[in-house]
This record gives sequence, C-alpha cells and structure tokens, in this order.
Amino acid sequence: MTTVVERRLDVWQGKISANVKVAGSSSPVVFLHGAGGLVWDGFLNLLAERHTLYAPELPGTSAGDPDAISHLDNVWDLVLYYNDVLDALGLRSAPIVGHSFGGMLAAEIAANNPERVSKLILMCPIGLWRDEMPLPNWMLISPAADMPKYLFYEPDSPLARMVFGQADVEAQIKMVWSMACTGKFLWPIPDKGLHKRIHRIQAPTLILWGKHDRLVPPAYAEEFARRIPGSKVEMIDRAGHLLGLEHPARLAEIIEQFLEG
Amino acid sequence: MYISTFHLMPHRELPDDFEKRYQSVWVTAPFHELADAKRVGQYYNWTLDELIAAARAGSDGICTNEHHQNAYGFMPSPNLMGSVLARATNGLDCAIVQMGSTLPATQPPIRIAEEYAMLDAISGGRIVAGMPLGTPMDINICYGITPIEQRERYREAHDLIVKAWTAREVFAWNGKYFQLPFVNVWPRPVQQPHPPIWVPGSGSTSTFHYAAQHDYCYCFLSYFGYKTATNTVKKYWEVCQQQGRDVNPYRLGFAQVVGVSETDEQAERDYSKHVEYLYHKLLHIPLEWIGIPGHQDYQSLSNSLRNPMVGQAFATLKQRRYKDFVDEGFAICGSPSTVRDRLKDLCDTLRAGNLMVLLHVGSMPHELTLKNIQLFFNEVAGPLRSIWDDQWDNLWWPVSLRKTAVQGVSA
Repeated sequence: MTTVVERRLDVWQGKISANVKVAGSSSPVVFLHGAGGLVWDGFLNLLAERHTLYAPELPGTSAGDPDAISHLDNVWDLVLYYNDVLDALGLRSAPIVGHSFGGMLAAEIAANNPERVSKLILMCPIGLWRDEMPLPNWMLISPAADMPKYLFYEPDSPLARMVFGQADVEAQIKMVWSMACTGKFLWPIPDKGLHKRIHRIQAPTLILWGKHDRLVPPAYAEEFARRIPGSKVEMIDRAGHLLGLEHPARLAEIIEQFLEG
Repeated sequence: MYISTFHLMPHRELPDDFEKRYQSVWVTAPFHELADAKRVGQYYNWTLDELIAAARAGSDGICTNEHHQNAYGFMPSPNLMGSVLARATNGLDCAIVQMGSTLPATQPPIRIAEEYAMLDAISGGRIVAGMPLGTPMDINICYGITPIEQRERYREAHDLIVKAWTAREVFAWNGKYFQLPFVNVWPRPVQQPHPPIWVPGSGSTSTFHYAAQHDYCYCFLSYFGYKTATNTVKKYWEVCQQQGRDVNPYRLGFAQVVGVSETDEQAERDYSKHVEYLYHKLLHIPLEWIGIPGHQDYQSLSNSLRNPMVGQAFATLKQRRYKDFVDEGFAICGSPSTVRDRLKDLCDTLRAGNLMVLLHVGSMPHELTLKNIQLFFNEVAGPLRSIWDDQWDNLWWPVSLRKTAVQGVSA
C-alpha cells in the first residue's frame, strides 16, 4: 500500500494554505488534477511506486477551505500561484503530468517558466478551441445521468457506475464545488489564450489521449502537437476522457518510459 | 399589506407538445420556430396594458423583471417596460417595482443607477429598486458571467450603485470587477437618499443574510407556493433575528400565482389550462442548468444537495395537474372568498407584507387576464389590505405612497 501524506504550505502572501498530497520516494513528479478535483486512485499509486509524487489541490477544492479560491482570479494568478507552491516544495525543475484542466494548467506553467518543467505530460488537456470542434460544457451536464457518456469508454461499466452512481452526498458536494472552482478559469469557453503562449513550451512533451474521449475530441491531440515543438502524441485504445482511471497500468508504463527516455 | 401585480411577459402560444419537442424553454428554444416578431409585439403591448389595468384597478405596485433568451418571460430590459409604465401611471398611487435589472450582467452597473434614477424622475419618486442576482440561465449561460464570481460581482455592483446614488462628490471606483475613473451619475433619484431596495431570490441562505444585513426587503420568488416555502421562509426570519432585525412583515415579499373566477368550478374551467402551461412548459428547464457549479456558494450548495427540495419539486412538476397545483398552493385559484382565505393564510403563515400576485398566468389570453385583474382588485384585495397595517409601516416602499400605520411600532 502506498502511504499518502498531506503537506500544508503557507503560500500567496500567507493567504492560502496549499494542500499537497505526497507519496513515494525517489525523483519528483508533479500531478495536476482535472475539473472534478483530486481523487487519489490506482494510477497515482503506480506513479508513486517509482517517484515522489506531488499532487497539489487547487485552492478551494481542499476539505474545509472552500473559499480559498477567492484569492486567485485569473490564469495569470493561477500560474504564479503554482510557482509559489513549487517553490515551497523546493522543486526548481520537475516533470509535470496534467490531466484535462490540469493539462491546461501544466501547459501554461511550462509556457511561462520553461526552466521549471523538465518534462511535460498532457493527458487530454483542455485550453484550445476550434469552432468546428466545440467541447460540450461539462458544467451543464447532469453528473449522474449523462457525465459517464462523456468521460468513459464504457459508460455502463462497473467502473463508471462506481464513480458516478454513488449516492454519497459529500463526494457530490466535493465534485460540484471542484467544478465551480476550476470553472473560475474556464467559464464560459475553455479558451483563455493558451494558443498565444503555447509556443514558449520547451520541455519534451508527451500528449496522451483516449481514442474515445467524448468530452475533449481526440482531434485536439493534433492541435496541441502542432503547437508544441518536438512533442509526440500517443492515442490510447479503449479509453475515454478518464484514461488514467480506465487504464492505470498502461498509462503509468507509457509515462515511465517517457520519463526515462 | 401591500399588493403588487407581477407580470412575466411569457410566450402565450407555445405548441401543445412543446416540452416533448424541445430541450428547454430557456437558452436554446428557437425563436423562429416558435415565435413571430409581430405577434411578440402584441404580447408586449398586452403585458403593458394588463399592468396598467392593474394599477388603475388599485394595485399598490406593478412589477417587471429581466430574463434572457427564453419563452418563460422575455423582458431583456425591464426598464424599457418600466419606463412606459411610469409614464402611464403618473397620477396614480402605484409604485413601479423594478424586480428588476440583474446586477451581475449589467456592465458597467452604474447603468442601473442611471436608469432607475430616470424611472424615479419620470414617475415622480414612485420606484422600488429591485436588485436581483439573476438566474444561472440568464447570467451564467446567456451572458457568460463566471458562476463562482456571480455573487461577489453582485455585491460590488450593489455597493457601486448605492454610492453612485448617494455620493455628493465625483469619485473613482477601483473595484475588482469594475474600474471607473469618474463616477458622477445624472440624473439622481427623486427619492433620497435612494429608492427602497428589494432583493429578489429563490431561497439561498446567503441572500437571506445579505438582505438582512443591509436592512432590505427580501422577495421570495418561488412559484411553488406558500406551503412549500414555509420552511425556507422560517429560516429567513431566523436570519433576520440573528442580524438583530425586527420582525416587520414588510421585510418579506412573496410572489404567488392567483386566478379568481365567480366560483371554484368556474376557476378550474378558466385557469386549469393556463396554470398547467406555466408549470409544464414555461418551467421546462434542465435541472442541471439551475444548479450550475458555482452559482450557489459552498454553504448553499451543501444545503441544497443535502436537502434537494427545490430540485425534487422541479423534477416532478410535469406529473402534477391543475388540482395538485391548487391543492399544494402552487396556484391559488377559485372564487373570491376561496382566494381571499388562502391569501390570508399565506400572509399569516409566511409573515409576508409585500404580496406580489401573478394575475396573468402562462397562456392566459388578454381578456381573461383583465377579468382576473378586475375580480381580484374588486372582490378579493379589499379585506387583505389592512393586514399588518395596524402595527407596521412598509419601510421598503416609496415614501409618498406609504399608508401610515395606526400605531407605528416599527423601527
């Protein structure tokens, strides 16, 4: 069993107590979560087997501190805030893995501070927009009834039922509020200008996409690839938007190879 | 008690299978399939005529509000309507209750300070300044405002508007959402320091606190009737007491669907179709649009997910028929005495001083609406007017239109 500990860091002029989940030992890897908030799953356990995995929570999404998000207003604040967190963790340069919203965030950090990100792994990131490939607005999708269709390769699988079929009110509150907090940087259209800045990314970049992602169309893999110099794309069979949850071992293996290479 | 007439200005002629054919009455309903611009012009004119008829029949106030991209009630600018109403009711003791311009969606919000001041000037100091947060469909989806910022933006807009009305000097506003180098609005309101402020809402705890803190009238716009509202309103009065406020019933406004006919049976014949149209078609909205993440603050979100009453009421609307809506008090319909008794019960139960009646409902045609207005003000309203007035002044009403309490014990 992996032991996950929580580290509290006093950052952003003392206004935010950052909560970072940490597990494992050896070389560092940073994981940035998606719009639904950080859920420590088997995929993160596998990454933590070979690395020290740092998973910061977006302010507002940590238990007991819902209003922390009020100190960050835009993408510029957000990028500098994560620099604060990485400074406090003593990570001058580290590989960053970002999923969905976390992928957009990782790309922004890498564009703003190329020296900060040694390798960049984007798992079906958002942040680019083409009118002919609109993303559905996930903040308007009924979580229980419709969300699995957008997120899973197999929406009726036991896994999808386990994640979205639960009657656990506390988990629902956490997920809805996480979408509210991440939505601060995404509403109403998740294009906040990354396309103007993305060329500044210097880190070797791996783009991973579920071939059956119905939330962020797989065609966006090419959009990211052609804007990030030297990046490579790997499309994952039988995977939707939650590819790490659906294929933890395969994803962890692909990422490990990329980090070693 | 003060009785105002509220009008939504809905589409009156949606097809019978509307709710089966279309996803929603709001946001995505296609105008060109469902409406005709000339016919819509007729709806606006009927709406104005009906509100003016209510004012002439003795309504204490007439109310309009702001919504966007929908067939439920499409006055994108309540102040355009209010302007016609203010002019047409000069000389009548009737307030122009703007329920009103949505603060978070108006940029810059001093536009509201200006337009309300214009209405106050045109009406000779008869307006009530409603300050709504706006629905998630209007503000977040149609106007693109970030849900989690809606309340903070509202509060800043409110502070700016009040300062713009009251400051004697030109000032700079360096806010988070609005920056204006020289604020000096023209005109200023006739009512000094500013018109009475009402905060319409749909039951969020944080809005209760806001209204009580600022000593404003909170107006519960539920459409689910006074029985459903009882617990929510109880919480509001608790908040008022926590904030050290008195229990003046005029701190609470309540909107109620009302249909009056000669007898209860005639009321069913007159109104059943229109009441069902309101709840089945005009409130045909995907539930998830009402609960967009961030539209409610964390506390209200936790409350509503733990106790999903409003959601359940919405989800089961289409299973209910006229009889259910009447039995459960969503709509108060019947003979004058039936309606009067139930409205009296409503006021006692909720401790509501500012009653807003919706006398046009759903698909109701113009002539029937006029009949409802006449019957209501001639045969129902009279005995209700004196409720509360022996003890309390309506401090949230234009001064020139206030009735004076016999024993003024309120603050």
